[in-house]
Amino acid sequence: MTRRTAGTGDCRLGSRPGEVIDRSRTLEFRWNGAVHRAHPGDTIASALAAAGVRVFSRSYKYHRPRGLLTADILDPGCLLQVGDEPNVRGAHRLAEAGMDVRSQNTWPSLRYDVKAVNQVAGRFLATGFYYKTFIKPERLWPAYERVLRRFVHAGEVPPDGEQLYYDKRYAHPDVLVAGGGPAGMAAAVAAARAGATVMLVEQEHQLGGHLRWGDADELRVRAELVAAVEAEPGIEVLTDSVVAARYDDNWLAVVQRGLPHVAERLVKARAGTLVVAAGLIERPYVFAGNDLPGVMLSTAVRRLLNLYSVRPGQRAVVVTANPEGDAAATDLRAAGVDVVEVDARHGRTVVRAAGRGGVEAVELSDGSRLDADLLVTATGWTAPTSLLNMSGSNPVYRPDAARFVPDPAATPDTVIAVGGIAGDGTLEELVAHAEAAGREAAARALSLAAAHARIRPTSPGGADAAERAPEPVAPLGLRRHPELFFATPIGGFVDMSEDVSAKDILTAVQEGYDSSELVKRYTTATMGPAQGKLETVNTVALVAHATGSTIAETGATTWRPMYTPVTLGALAGRRFEPVRHSPMQPWHEAHRAAPLVAGQWIRPEHYGDPAAEVRNVRAGVGIIDVTPIGKLDLQGPDVPKLLNLLYVNKWSQLGVGRVRYGVMCADDGVVLDDGVTGRLGEHHYLMSTTSSGAGTVWEWAENWLQTEHPDWRVHITPVTTAFASINVAGPRSRELLARLTDVDLANEAFGYMNVRTGTIAGVADCVLWRIGFTGELSYELHVPASYGLHVWESLMAAGADLGVAPFGVEAQRILRLEKGHLIVGQDTDGLTKAYSAGLAWAVKLDKPDFVGKPELQWQSEHDDHPRLVGLQPLDPTVVPEEASQIISDGGHIVGRITSSRMSPTLGRSICLGQVDAHLADAGTRLTVRLRDGRDTLVEVMAEHAHFDPEGERQRV
Amino acid sequence: MMLLPCPNCGARNVSEFRYVGEAKTRPDPTTVTPQEWRRHLYLHRNPAGWTRETWYHGSGCRRYFAIERNTVDNAVRTAGATS
Repeated sequence: MTRRTAGTGDCRLGSRPGEVIDRSRTLEFRWNGAVHRAHPGDTIASALAAAGVRVFSRSYKYHRPRGLLTADILDPGCLLQVGDEPNVRGAHRLAEAGMDVRSQNTWPSLRYDVKAVNQVAGRFLATGFYYKTFIKPERLWPAYERVLRRFVHAGEVPPDGEQLYYDKRYAHPDVLVAGGGPAGMAAAVAAARAGATVMLVEQEHQLGGHLRWGDADELRVRAELVAAVEAEPGIEVLTDSVVAARYDDNWLAVVQRGLPHVAERLVKARAGTLVVAAGLIERPYVFAGNDLPGVMLSTAVRRLLNLYSVRPGQRAVVVTANPEGDAAATDLRAAGVDVVEVDARHGRTVVRAAGRGGVEAVELSDGSRLDADLLVTATGWTAPTSLLNMSGSNPVYRPDAARFVPDPAATPDTVIAVGGIAGDGTLEELVAHAEAAGREAAARALSLAAAHARIRPTSPGGADAAERAPEPVAPLGLRRHPELFFATPIGGFVDMSEDVSAKDILTAVQEGYDSSELVKRYTTATMGPAQGKLETVNTVALVAHATGSTIAETGATTWRPMYTPVTLGALAGRRFEPVRHSPMQPWHEAHRAAPLVAGQWIRPEHYGDPAAEVRNVRAGVGIIDVTPIGKLDLQGPDVPKLLNLLYVNKWSQLGVGRVRYGVMCADDGVVLDDGVTGRLGEHHYLMSTTSSGAGTVWEWAENWLQTEHPDWRVHITPVTTAFASINVAGPRSRELLARLTDVDLANEAFGYMNVRTGTIAGVADCVLWRIGFTGELSYELHVPASYGLHVWESLMAAGADLGVAPFGVEAQRILRLEKGHLIVGQDTDGLTKAYSAGLAWAVKLDKPDFVGKPELQWQSEHDDHPRLVGLQPLDPTVVPEEASQIISDGGHIVGRITSSRMSPTLGRSICLGQVDAHLADAGTRLTVRLRDGRDTLVEVMAEHAHFDPEGERQRV
Repeated sequence: MMLLPCPNCGARNVSEFRYVGEAKTRPDPTTVTPQEWRRHLYLHRNPAGWTRETWYHGSGCRRYFAIERNTVDNAVRTAGATS
């Protein structure tokens, strides 16, 4: 192969009326290292074909040389590696200057592929070999994997490749038209003129569909329709884009390409009506040698000739069964190619193509043999009905037309098919049908929008306005077409991309896989990049032949989203991970706090030495940022009723200024949340919840109020982020806080489990709680959020001589564990009912009703539930990992460690855990299985609290 | 992704809502037996056809409301406020 230095190749013809290339400019790119030229508008494949390239890849399993078959986005013969990007559709991707294009699946080169030895080994790679070989011995699996990877690789994605930007957009067109051929364009224009907003999506780089490579009349109609589309302001056109999926209520995924600076954009569209104008896809013919380079479809030939001015061969045999095939023969002759036509409408057809590395001769059914370098087939059409299948209708096989067609009776009113996919006719008939469908699509979409608007109570006018009944669109007819799927004797490939031969289908049926769905999965036919658009009907025809049934009885496989392969990047989209942090976060970061991700919140885990933070709280005073704590403002005369319903304990007698700890259970008695609630005024309460429960408890309370007790006068306002929250804890906390607040902090004036409001550091409307998660004298301050940082800094400054230091979540966890305070969701799980969490003291079964009462009543009467107990390892230096299992002598799991830390206060390890009831007595010794497999002994304690079990320190 | 007719906000993507459960009447907790209570908690009618269920518009008006949905084809129709 000599390199051309002038023009773009031997096979480039002179200018043609419909060509899409710009001859005034050329660009250079590399193909397997060699420099090639292209014109703007060329695809990679058309530029290479112009230069006479015939072999583009080696096939998946057998490494057979492959050339162009369809010369469009579906072509299985030219999946190429472009730079970092694998599996580029070479016959769709536009050539660009500087591209580095390489063939895939070839070693050492496309020409001399060593792996072509697979052809000889073909009998060992027959259908279903995945299930029969490389199974035993299992210890060789890693070796098999390494070998198979080398032979089966389809392109490479380097791990350090550039991170691309994938965009996302929402759209709400009244009508979405999938397909920009003549029918799609006509429907879009008609819909827009009827007042609908329209989105027109076309997979190719230009509108026009098959008109683009048509004759002079077709080019003229195309130009008129394109002008009409461009003249409508209500039509948005997306080219190089595809409707990938259709979901309920016409929720559509559109993948848009060809955007500057964006790899792909996923457009999530909610359309009123969907017009499916996907056209018809030409079907390959199955015969021996049908995968040789030089075997092409009639549409491939017409694309190469009329769009790219490329001559695909010198001596052609055209096997034609329809007018499109005849047109290909005409176009070839006009380009100076020798053509022999074989009229397949009358029984004469090809049975074999022969040649080394490409077509050299063609054998016909009548025994004759022709020399040729190009074999063109035009044996039938397939309707790509996927989007209609996704809308709920299965296609129906019509033997007179030799194709599956949509079933309008089973298609919802909001989905309409137009164009070739729906039926046949002259161009004028197809356009007229599409216009009628477009008008109807617009009317249905606008009626639907009006019906949706009427749902809202605030929308004006006529809740009783009648909905418009859909008017049917007169259907298209169907043209007769001979059924031509495979030649006899049966040979050749039915799926080029998966290397599934026709004989493989017969073998599969013989082995008992006798339905379309089973054959598909066993042979992998139709599971390649074209997803069956080129393969399904031939596969079904072969299965029908092998099982002795009809194609209609055999039926096609089910099409599901996506219509076409979609990159993970397009589906993943942009990174969007919002975080929440308190107003004090800048201070934490400046003081080297280790960040802890807790749900959506970023919180300080510690400031370098959590053990020191614990000691400082026990000995002096520390402050912690607890802003994520859930806070709900409750107002109204019926708040006590709500509290009595949601909490397991009693709330009717809570005085103003008093605080009570409460536990919430679900209807099945499982512990849902805990927190403290205080009474700020006669009809004003403030509830706190766990941080992770802040949203759930609010929705939980609203559920009960809205659905069960809409008559109760209660208003809930979530104020979690309205307050910055700081806990000041330690024996010297009163001393510190007194310097900053006007509230009387003396124990007689403001005792344990009370709440006050007042001013802190000059900030009014603060709430002060005296509660004790840490077990020390402590005050929890709720400050209007925008003053949080000011109050925090004031505390740090005012307490400098007292040794005030910040402490983080880790220190707080240790402090509360020393006191035996449980954490819902850690020391309890989805099965822990209140009595299993040591909360018997809180459950007031004499209340008439509360959430969870029936199950808790039952649990209180049955004593065999697991218990939450305090545990201490016998070896005080061993800290079992949380979730370590507790096992019995018989090796059964009888519990687990739920919380575990080294206690700086006690100088030994301390735990909480769940154990079976019969092992929960104080003094029992239990075995804990550590993560590294060793066992260690722990002892059950009498209390949850390991330190200050009487709770003296918090009441001073 | 189907549309749900929120009585306040109109037809919105189902992803804005949270499914709460089949609409049921809560038995009187003072008189119910454990068996009846568990039947209420864990067993649902789950018909193949129209069912009445509660949804919560979490990403919108934050109201709980009931709709009727056909479990076979996902058709929905409004049913007004919850019982």
